[in-house]
Amino acid sequence: MIGNDIDVMVVPLRADEDVVRLRQVLRECLVSIGFSLIDQTKMITAASELGRNTLRYGGGGEAHIEKVMDGSRRGVILSFIDQGPGIADADLALTDGYTTGNGMGLGLGGARRLADEFELTTALGAGTTVRISKWKLF
Amino acid sequence: MERIPILKMGDLLLVTIQVDMHDRLAMTLQDDLTTRIVKDRAKGVLIDISALDLVDSFIGRMINNIAAMAKILDADTVLVGMQPAVAITLVELGLTLEGVKTALNVERGMSMLKPGSQP
Repeated sequence: MIGNDIDVMVVPLRADEDVVRLRQVLRECLVSIGFSLIDQTKMITAASELGRNTLRYGGGGEAHIEKVMDGSRRGVILSFIDQGPGIADADLALTDGYTTGNGMGLGLGGARRLADEFELTTALGAGTTVRISKWKLF
Repeated sequence: MERIPILKMGDLLLVTIQVDMHDRLAMTLQDDLTTRIVKDRAKGVLIDISALDLVDSFIGRMINNIAAMAKILDADTVLVGMQPAVAITLVELGLTLEGVKTALNVERGMSMLKPGSQP
Protein backbone atom coordinates (compact mmCIF):
# COMPACT_ATOMS: atom_id res chain seq x y z
CA MET A 1 0.00 0.00 0.00
CA ILE A 2 1.42 3.38 -0.95
CA GLY A 3 2.61 5.53 1.92
CA ASN A 4 2.02 2.90 4.56
CA ASP A 5 4.23 0.21 5.92
CA ILE A 6 1.84 -2.69 6.34
CA ASP A 7 2.67 -6.36 6.32
CA VAL A 8 0.02 -9.06 6.45
CA MET A 9 0.78 -12.67 7.20
CA VAL A 10 -1.86 -15.33 6.82
CA VAL A 11 -1.70 -18.37 9.10
CA PRO A 12 -4.14 -21.19 8.32
CA LEU A 13 -5.83 -22.71 11.36
CA ARG A 14 -6.78 -26.29 10.48
CA ALA A 15 -5.07 -28.38 13.14
CA ASP A 16 -3.73 -28.11 16.69
CA GLU A 17 -0.19 -27.63 15.41
CA ASP A 18 -1.30 -24.54 13.49
CA VAL A 19 -2.09 -22.78 16.76
CA VAL A 20 1.48 -23.48 17.90
CA ARG A 21 2.81 -22.08 14.63
CA LEU A 22 0.61 -19.02 15.03
CA ARG A 23 2.12 -18.35 18.47
CA GLN A 24 5.65 -18.63 17.09
CA VAL A 25 5.03 -16.46 14.06
CA LEU A 26 3.28 -13.87 16.18
CA ARG A 27 6.11 -13.88 18.73
CA GLU A 28 8.63 -13.01 16.00
CA CYS A 29 6.37 -10.25 14.73
CA LEU A 30 5.81 -8.72 18.18
CA VAL A 31 9.53 -8.84 18.98
CA SER A 32 10.31 -7.05 15.71
CA ILE A 33 7.88 -4.28 16.61
CA GLY A 34 9.60 -3.87 19.97
CA PHE A 35 6.80 -4.86 22.33
CA SER A 36 7.70 -5.59 25.95
CA LEU A 37 7.74 -9.19 27.11
CA ILE A 38 4.52 -8.68 29.02
CA ASP A 39 2.73 -7.20 26.02
CA GLN A 40 4.02 -10.04 23.87
CA THR A 41 2.75 -12.61 26.36
CA LYS A 42 -0.67 -11.00 26.62
CA MET A 43 -1.11 -10.78 22.88
CA ILE A 44 0.11 -14.29 22.13
CA THR A 45 -2.11 -15.68 24.86
CA ALA A 46 -5.08 -13.81 23.38
CA ALA A 47 -4.17 -15.15 19.94
CA SER A 48 -3.91 -18.69 21.30
CA GLU A 49 -7.43 -18.41 22.73
CA LEU A 50 -8.94 -16.97 19.56
CA GLY A 51 -7.03 -19.33 17.29
CA ARG A 52 -8.34 -22.25 19.28
CA ASN A 53 -11.89 -20.90 19.00
CA THR A 54 -11.53 -20.62 15.23
CA LEU A 55 -10.37 -24.22 15.11
CA ARG A 56 -12.76 -25.78 17.62
CA TYR A 57 -15.93 -23.82 17.13
CA GLY A 58 -15.47 -22.25 13.71
CA GLY A 59 -14.59 -25.45 11.93
CA GLY A 60 -11.16 -24.11 11.05
CA GLY A 61 -10.21 -20.88 9.35
CA GLU A 62 -7.28 -18.51 9.29
CA ALA A 63 -5.51 -15.82 11.24
CA HIS A 64 -4.26 -12.62 9.65
CA ILE A 65 -1.36 -10.86 11.33
CA GLU A 66 -1.12 -7.27 10.19
CA LYS A 67 1.97 -5.41 11.29
CA VAL A 68 1.45 -1.68 11.27
CA MET A 69 4.47 0.60 11.33
CA ASP A 70 3.40 3.90 9.87
CA GLY A 71 4.71 7.24 11.00
CA SER A 72 2.66 7.83 14.09
CA ARG A 73 2.08 4.37 15.43
CA ARG A 74 3.40 0.86 15.61
CA GLY A 75 1.39 -2.17 16.43
CA VAL A 76 -0.31 -5.32 15.31
CA ILE A 77 -3.85 -6.12 14.22
CA LEU A 78 -4.91 -9.75 14.39
CA SER A 79 -7.98 -11.12 12.67
CA PHE A 80 -9.40 -14.59 13.25
CA ILE A 81 -11.74 -15.56 10.46
CA ASP A 82 -13.92 -18.61 10.02
CA GLN A 83 -16.90 -19.59 7.88
CA GLY A 84 -18.41 -21.61 10.66
CA PRO A 85 -21.82 -21.55 12.33
CA GLY A 86 -21.45 -18.09 13.83
CA ILE A 87 -22.31 -17.06 17.38
CA ALA A 88 -25.97 -16.77 18.26
CA ASP A 89 -25.59 -14.52 21.29
CA ALA A 90 -22.39 -12.49 21.32
CA ASP A 91 -22.98 -11.00 24.77
CA LEU A 92 -23.45 -14.44 26.24
CA ALA A 93 -20.37 -15.71 24.46
CA LEU A 94 -18.35 -12.88 25.99
CA THR A 95 -19.43 -13.79 29.52
CA ASP A 96 -16.65 -15.38 31.54
CA GLY A 97 -17.31 -19.01 32.18
CA TYR A 98 -19.78 -19.47 29.35
CA THR A 99 -18.76 -22.25 26.99
CA THR A 100 -20.55 -24.42 24.46
CA GLY A 101 -17.68 -26.87 24.61
CA ASN A 102 -15.42 -28.24 27.32
CA GLY A 103 -13.41 -25.10 27.80
CA MET A 104 -13.26 -22.62 30.62
CA GLY A 105 -15.22 -19.99 28.75
CA LEU A 106 -12.48 -17.40 29.09
CA GLY A 107 -11.27 -17.12 25.51
CA LEU A 108 -13.34 -14.27 24.12
CA GLY A 109 -13.57 -12.21 27.30
CA GLY A 110 -9.93 -12.91 28.07
CA ALA A 111 -8.77 -11.84 24.62
CA ARG A 112 -10.76 -8.64 25.01
CA ARG A 113 -9.05 -7.90 28.33
CA LEU A 114 -5.59 -8.76 27.07
CA ALA A 115 -5.73 -6.70 23.89
CA ASP A 116 -6.04 -2.95 23.44
CA GLU A 117 -8.95 -3.17 21.02
CA PHE A 118 -11.44 -5.95 20.37
CA GLU A 119 -14.08 -6.37 17.70
CA LEU A 120 -16.41 -9.31 17.16
CA THR A 121 -18.36 -9.73 13.95
CA THR A 122 -20.62 -12.72 13.72
CA ALA A 123 -24.03 -13.93 12.65
CA LEU A 124 -25.71 -17.31 12.71
CA GLY A 125 -24.75 -19.22 9.60
CA ALA A 126 -22.44 -16.47 8.46
CA GLY A 127 -19.13 -17.22 10.17
CA THR A 128 -17.19 -15.25 12.73
CA THR A 129 -14.40 -12.72 12.62
CA VAL A 130 -12.64 -11.54 15.76
CA ARG A 131 -10.20 -8.69 15.49
CA ILE A 132 -7.80 -7.60 18.24
CA SER A 133 -4.99 -5.11 18.24
CA LYS A 134 -2.17 -3.86 20.38
CA TRP A 135 -0.24 -0.64 19.97
CA LYS A 136 3.17 0.36 21.13
CA LEU A 137 3.30 3.83 22.58
CA PHE A 138 6.44 5.78 22.06
CA MET B 1 3.87 -40.41 19.09
CA GLU B 2 5.33 -37.42 20.88
CA ARG B 3 5.04 -37.43 24.64
CA ILE B 4 6.34 -35.30 27.45
CA PRO B 5 8.59 -37.40 29.69
CA ILE B 6 7.55 -38.02 33.29
CA LEU B 7 10.29 -38.77 35.79
CA LYS B 8 9.79 -40.75 38.97
CA MET B 9 11.75 -39.66 42.02
CA GLY B 10 10.78 -41.76 45.03
CA ASP B 11 7.06 -41.25 45.36
CA LEU B 12 7.13 -38.01 43.40
CA LEU B 13 6.51 -37.52 39.73
CA LEU B 14 8.33 -34.69 37.98
CA VAL B 15 7.26 -33.25 34.65
CA THR B 16 9.28 -30.53 32.96
CA ILE B 17 7.43 -28.94 30.09
CA GLN B 18 9.92 -27.54 27.63
CA VAL B 19 7.98 -27.47 24.40
CA ASP B 20 5.23 -25.26 23.11
CA MET B 21 2.45 -27.81 23.51
CA HIS B 22 -0.40 -28.17 21.09
CA ASP B 23 -3.74 -29.14 22.60
CA ARG B 24 -3.47 -32.85 21.80
CA LEU B 25 -0.09 -33.08 23.48
CA ALA B 26 -1.47 -31.38 26.57
CA MET B 27 -4.33 -33.89 26.71
CA THR B 28 -1.87 -36.76 26.35
CA LEU B 29 0.19 -35.37 29.24
CA GLN B 30 -2.90 -35.10 31.38
CA ASP B 31 -3.79 -38.74 30.72
CA ASP B 32 -0.22 -39.99 31.09
CA LEU B 33 0.26 -38.25 34.44
CA THR B 34 -2.97 -39.59 35.87
CA THR B 35 -2.06 -43.10 34.78
CA ARG B 36 1.40 -42.79 36.31
CA ILE B 37 0.07 -41.47 39.64
CA VAL B 38 -1.85 -44.69 40.03
CA LYS B 39 0.82 -46.98 38.59
CA ASP B 40 3.66 -45.52 40.69
CA ARG B 41 1.51 -44.79 43.74
CA ALA B 42 2.77 -41.24 43.66
CA LYS B 43 2.14 -38.91 46.58
CA GLY B 44 3.17 -35.77 44.77
CA VAL B 45 3.35 -34.28 41.31
CA LEU B 46 5.72 -31.47 40.40
CA ILE B 47 4.98 -29.64 37.20
CA ASP B 48 7.89 -27.47 36.13
CA ILE B 49 6.75 -24.70 33.81
CA SER B 50 9.84 -22.51 34.12
CA ALA B 51 10.48 -22.95 30.39
CA LEU B 52 6.95 -21.96 29.36
CA ASP B 53 6.55 -18.41 28.17
CA LEU B 54 2.87 -18.98 27.68
CA VAL B 55 0.03 -20.51 29.67
CA ASP B 56 -3.38 -20.09 28.08
CA SER B 57 -6.77 -21.27 29.31
CA PHE B 58 -6.34 -24.73 27.78
CA ILE B 59 -3.05 -25.35 29.56
CA GLY B 60 -4.52 -23.77 32.69
CA ARG B 61 -7.40 -26.21 32.51
CA MET B 62 -4.96 -29.08 32.01
CA ILE B 63 -3.13 -28.05 35.18
CA ASN B 64 -6.37 -27.78 37.12
CA ASN B 65 -7.49 -31.19 35.86
CA ILE B 66 -4.18 -32.80 36.80
CA ALA B 67 -4.40 -31.31 40.30
CA ALA B 68 -8.00 -32.45 40.72
CA MET B 69 -7.27 -35.98 39.54
CA ALA B 70 -4.16 -36.14 41.71
CA LYS B 71 -6.20 -35.04 44.72
CA ILE B 72 -8.73 -37.81 44.12
CA LEU B 73 -5.81 -40.21 44.04
CA ASP B 74 -4.44 -38.76 47.30
CA ALA B 75 -1.52 -36.89 45.76
CA ASP B 76 -0.59 -33.21 45.89
CA THR B 77 0.38 -31.08 42.94
CA VAL B 78 2.90 -28.26 42.92
CA LEU B 79 3.40 -25.93 39.98
CA VAL B 80 6.96 -24.72 39.74
CA GLY B 81 8.68 -21.79 38.08
CA MET B 82 5.88 -19.71 36.62
CA GLN B 83 7.34 -16.80 34.67
CA PRO B 84 6.19 -13.32 35.80
CA ALA B 85 4.70 -12.39 32.41
CA VAL B 86 2.70 -15.61 32.53
CA ALA B 87 1.41 -14.85 36.03
CA ILE B 88 0.33 -11.37 35.01
CA THR B 89 -1.40 -12.68 31.90
CA LEU B 90 -3.22 -15.44 33.78
CA VAL B 91 -4.73 -12.93 36.18
CA GLU B 92 -5.90 -10.74 33.32
CA LEU B 93 -7.24 -13.75 31.48
CA GLY B 94 -9.34 -14.49 34.55
CA LEU B 95 -7.93 -17.95 35.06
CA THR B 96 -7.62 -19.27 38.60
CA LEU B 97 -5.49 -22.30 39.29
CA GLU B 98 -7.36 -24.56 41.67
CA GLY B 99 -5.94 -27.12 44.05
CA VAL B 100 -2.42 -26.34 42.93
CA LYS B 101 0.32 -25.06 45.16
CA THR B 102 2.99 -22.95 43.53
CA ALA B 103 6.70 -22.70 44.15
CA LEU B 104 9.56 -20.76 42.66
CA ASN B 105 11.71 -23.74 41.88
CA VAL B 106 11.85 -27.51 42.05
CA GLU B 107 13.68 -27.60 45.40
CA ARG B 108 11.07 -25.47 47.13
CA GLY B 109 8.36 -27.39 45.36
CA MET B 110 9.61 -30.68 46.69
CA SER B 111 9.79 -29.37 50.24
CA MET B 112 6.11 -28.40 49.99
CA LEU B 113 4.96 -31.88 49.20
CA LYS B 114 3.89 -34.27 51.90
CA PRO B 115 6.47 -35.24 54.53
CA GLY B 116 7.85 -38.65 53.79
CA SER B 117 7.65 -37.94 50.10
CA GLN B 118 11.28 -36.87 49.69
CA PRO B 119 13.15 -39.27 47.38
